[in-house]
Amino acid sequence: MNKKDVIICRCEDVTLEDLHNLLEEGYTSFEEIKRILRVGMGPCQGNTCGQLVQRELAKFTNTPINEIPTHKVRPLITGVKLKAIVEATKNES
Amino acid sequence: MKQIDLVIIGGGPAGLSAAKMAAESGLASLIVERNFNVGGQLVKQTHMFFGSEKQYAKTRGIDIAKILVDDVLKFPDLIEIMTDTSVVGLYKDKVVTLLQKEKYIKVKTNAIIIATGASEKVLAFENNDLPGIYGAGAVQTLMNVHGVLPGNDVVMVGSGNIGLIVSYQLIQAGVNVKCVLEAASTIGGYKVHASKLKRLGVDILTSHSIKKAIGKNYLEKIVIGKLDDKWKFIEGTEEEIEVDSLCISVGLSPLSNLLSMIGVDMKYVSTLGGLVPLIDKNHETSIKNIFVAGDVCGVEEASSAIVEGYLTGLVVAEKLGFKHPNYDELYLDFKDQLHNLRSGPFGEKLRLGLQEIMR
Repeated sequence: MNKKDVIICRCEDVTLEDLHNLLEEGYTSFEEIKRILRVGMGPCQGNTCGQLVQRELAKFTNTPINEIPTHKVRPLITGVKLKAIVEATKNES
Repeated sequence: MKQIDLVIIGGGPAGLSAAKMAAESGLASLIVERNFNVGGQLVKQTHMFFGSEKQYAKTRGIDIAKILVDDVLKFPDLIEIMTDTSVVGLYKDKVVTLLQKEKYIKVKTNAIIIATGASEKVLAFENNDLPGIYGAGAVQTLMNVHGVLPGNDVVMVGSGNIGLIVSYQLIQAGVNVKCVLEAASTIGGYKVHASKLKRLGVDILTSHSIKKAIGKNYLEKIVIGKLDDKWKFIEGTEEEIEVDSLCISVGLSPLSNLLSMIGVDMKYVSTLGGLVPLIDKNHETSIKNIFVAGDVCGVEEASSAIVEGYLTGLVVAEKLGFKHPNYDELYLDFKDQLHNLRSGPFGEKLRLGLQEIMR
């Protein structure tokens, strides 16, 4: 299998090769991998890649998939323009 | 800041039903829907549903959506609907932030029902990003909502009910479905759906999966292979099939992002589709007044989502001081309906999964 042609995260264009390289370097948690590869930080917020990354982590660390924590989701879930937030605050006061 | 007693996130079968039951009890709610229309995935279901009459069996999904939407529209004073609006933030003090096009809106509420549904799972194989590779649900949206064919020659990966139904609908739309691949040794979905395909001459290849996709600018062919009992490809069993589309239908996973954001207790339960919230018998999560209904707390059929919606709407209204005149009767009826929908051999894994998330 050609790992660089297997897309794991299509939002951030992360391949299976990218992921395996990090695993080999010793990064074996979703949160670490997210910080380096940006998986889960694109438009789909991990809905697509989440399970694929989880499965690879489970395989690599030989852990049942239900014991692999996924990433913490934080607000805001999509891009919001600062202007929109400022305008909402104006209406508040 | 906008104030409303109840915010319902998601205008699919669960969300609409919850709003209806809350309104019948006298409680006002706001339905927030990301899509342009409410109705959820029902709007693209052209087939008739199973179940009992109470969940609109023998009615086409798209017509069930109309019934649910009409029910909600009967309460214009109590139910507000915001479409084309995403929830972007959810906070423990029951503040919900919304984005409606470019407008950022803050809402303060007393209770929240999260009914976000589920999304399609994907597969990791070579060239899985070629144009022409779709989720089966996406193909259904293309065909049945937008009237666009995905291609001419299709292979379906996955023989669960969605895979089988969408294959049949592809054929109805004039597309050549070359075969259905199933990694397991048995067909995943109901026999009635599988039989329909077999009668039309479509092979369902069990213990088979997609190995790689081939194409320059778009999908041209795929390589499939036979799997052993550990789901590993058996060497020498590869076969090439010329296709211009590939549909992936390997299950759904609950859209639990907002639950993670607000920090409710969750658990990974594979039979429910993935990460799901722990709930009590009334669908309340580990955070007071944050409720869930529908596929987000375990992937099931739309019929279950409808009943879960009714149940949750009923309970939330009562908690906020709006008790439905027929509360006791309805409560027992909804519990009974859910029990019936989950009975039988097909519901066994589901029942075990649901036990795991009871708190």
